[in-house]
Amino acid sequence: MTRRTPLNEAHRALGARMVDFAGWDMPVQYTSLIAEHEAVRTAVGLFDVSHMGEIEFSGPGALETVNALISNDLTRITDGQAVYAGLLNEQGGFVDDVVAYRFSPERILICVNASNREKDFAWMKAHARGVTPVDRSEDFAQIAVQGPKAAGLVQRLTKTDLSKIGTYRFAEGEVAGVRAILSRTGYTGEDGFELYCAPGDAVALWNALLAEGQADGVKPCGLGARDSLRTEMKYALYGNDIDDAHTALEAGLGWIVKLDKPAFIGKEALVAQKAAGVKRKLVGFELTGPGIPRHGYAIHKDGRPVGEVTSGTAAPSLAKKAIGIGYVPAELAAEGSTFDVDIRGRAVPAVVVKTPFYKKP
Amino acid sequence: MSNIPGDLKYTKEHEWARVEGGTVTVGITDHAQTTLGDVVYVELPKVGDTVTKDAPFGTVESVKAVSELFAPISGKVLEVNGELEASPEDVNSDPYGDGWLIKIAPSDASQVNGLLDAAAYAKLLENA
Repeated sequence: MTRRTPLNEAHRALGARMVDFAGWDMPVQYTSLIAEHEAVRTAVGLFDVSHMGEIEFSGPGALETVNALISNDLTRITDGQAVYAGLLNEQGGFVDDVVAYRFSPERILICVNASNREKDFAWMKAHARGVTPVDRSEDFAQIAVQGPKAAGLVQRLTKTDLSKIGTYRFAEGEVAGVRAILSRTGYTGEDGFELYCAPGDAVALWNALLAEGQADGVKPCGLGARDSLRTEMKYALYGNDIDDAHTALEAGLGWIVKLDKPAFIGKEALVAQKAAGVKRKLVGFELTGPGIPRHGYAIHKDGRPVGEVTSGTAAPSLAKKAIGIGYVPAELAAEGSTFDVDIRGRAVPAVVVKTPFYKKP
Repeated sequence: MSNIPGDLKYTKEHEWARVEGGTVTVGITDHAQTTLGDVVYVELPKVGDTVTKDAPFGTVESVKAVSELFAPISGKVLEVNGELEASPEDVNSDPYGDGWLIKIAPSDASQVNGLLDAAAYAKLLENA
């Protein structure tokens, strides 16, 4: 059965085109993907991300329990901070990529991908030694407010001093009279907040943000813009760029893997892989011939298949330059390396470039 | 509501065909461009290529998706809309005008009679 977020009716009232996404009925775009993308880069956009899951660990030992499950290190951050992390399998591949919020050493909340919620919860229950996880997904709706004008917009609706909340930090407070977690996070490459609230408050919060944001040129944005924005940043999408068969080191996410931590699932495999050398890498590339690379297209070198495109688009913020992300052998991973992308039988030349593709002006 | 001009013929795959003398101009419908979203790339055959009724002759891509284009009739490509290389967004802004894709010299002009008329195409959209 298709699931609906508390904002489903609001999306329909705004004329959104709805699609099935990971079993959820979600807006893909309202008017124009490119216009929504531009709104986030230059003003502010709102995303309904209520389909994301939230899993909580609370009680004595919560921090230690979670730290043995995730690749990043909760002991290196303070209360009120969050970290991006991997849940890894024994081979160092991804069960999921998550954001872990440290409220206190006795309360950790983990935001997981909608498509992986059930899998993650079962995996956490099976592997948690200490505190037992609780699936709190039904208790939260979530609205992402992203763009250079996001902080100003949210600030006008809250008494919480947002200048005190740095990147990857959060606070609890009220926005437009609604109790919320205000998290300075997002997946667009822009400044902004992800606001977690009770499902029953989501419509009031959404409408308040839309009304107050008129002066900023706010736009409701769909999954289409979310995908093009994150691709321009080379942010990995689970199921596209990262999965259980590619390790965190291959995905270029070594920075969220703390190999000096005492223990976490997948550590031994990654230590061994690091010592042996990583054989394939996730790179960003631009096409130098006509076409657009897409998920699943083969990467060829000298006519032979050597890799695969995991994401690609015509980048709206880069004059629609065709950009892609994909796995290639390590010897083709350096900036300036060239290969071909097989676009429906046509070999289109591509060159590895520095990422993120998009840099703030 | 989609714009469905009465003087055109249509395919179930959302292409339109305009018959003028011995030439058939082909494009995608207003419904198709709306569904696809912002068009950023169009891949078309070359002048002189042969296209076959109901077989793919090119692709139209939005930021998010790729769609194949299906030939409404068989024939030889007489002309290709080269403007779309620089401004593929014409497909969105003017699908029945500047956003045309190719012109075909039909190998069997009677194939046009097998296409949907505007009323039948409107019905197809209603029932979709």
